[in-house]
Amino acid sequence: MIEIGLGHYLTLGAIIFSLGTLGIFLNRKNVIVILMSVELILLAVNINLVSFSIYLQDITGQIFTMLILTVAAAEAAIGLAIIVSYYRNKGSIRVEEIDEMKG
Amino acid sequence: MIAHALFFYFFSIIAIVSAIFVIVSRNTVHAVFFLILDFISIACLFIMIGAEFLGMMMLIVYVGAVAVLFLFVVMLMNVTEQKLSWFRGTKKTGHIPVGLIIGTVILLELIVIVGGWKYRDSFAETEFLSFNSEFTNTHMIGNVMYTDFIHLFQISGIILLLAMIGAIVLTYRKREGVKTQSYIKQISREREDSVQLKDVEFDKGVKLDD
Repeated sequence: MIEIGLGHYLTLGAIIFSLGTLGIFLNRKNVIVILMSVELILLAVNINLVSFSIYLQDITGQIFTMLILTVAAAEAAIGLAIIVSYYRNKGSIRVEEIDEMKG
Repeated sequence: MIAHALFFYFFSIIAIVSAIFVIVSRNTVHAVFFLILDFISIACLFIMIGAEFLGMMMLIVYVGAVAVLFLFVVMLMNVTEQKLSWFRGTKKTGHIPVGLIIGTVILLELIVIVGGWKYRDSFAETEFLSFNSEFTNTHMIGNVMYTDFIHLFQISGIILLLAMIGAIVLTYRKREGVKTQSYIKQISREREDSVQLKDVEFDKGVKLDD
């Protein structure tokens, strides 16, 4: 309990990852919260990579964390642009009203 | 050692609680605020375990750019106040129990894997870019980022460029009836098209553009 090891950080990453997936599954309010859940998932991946990098004493994990940071920023920009143009066309971004494709 | 444990539990509990609030809060602006809190506490954890550069980078990129972008978009749209309860919509879909079960199963699987996992020394070659205690964290990242990982660096630049172009293309809208300057029209204008020489008779005046 007192000795903080790799397992503690991995558990934190696992919990945040599951919370992100739960946010995607349960959300019926608006799409922005789903995008925020995706950000949470990417954050959990970052936690895993950084803790492995520290505990294996290898810098590669931190470099890949930078790549994930980039991808997260790009994903947020594109997703919010899609949401803005959808809102401009439809006037609503409620999840249950987005059903044009009847999937 | 005990300080490490205390700080770890402090920041990780804040991170988990704010992650829960991100997905359950009714007001989307509050959700963005909790997302910022989550990012900040994880950045503190990164700084604490020795990845200082990444911690600061998370603060700059996530809190400074991504979360502020979220906040702008949320405030731009009229979606901040949601009258409905947490996850329930107007239609009956029955997704709540299924989603809860699947989420719990994912968490349990991950916990089992993490708890029963032991690092085997010979599993992977870690001498490749191992830490050198003479250098700081930023120095080590800088040493390998522009040499061994130059392609990764350039690919992330291209990803950012694509994101920028994509966001502009998606949100660009041509407005009708706005007077703008047309460079091509201005440049391609010839003297013969625009200047006319008229012989004006005395006391008659001249009629242009009939």
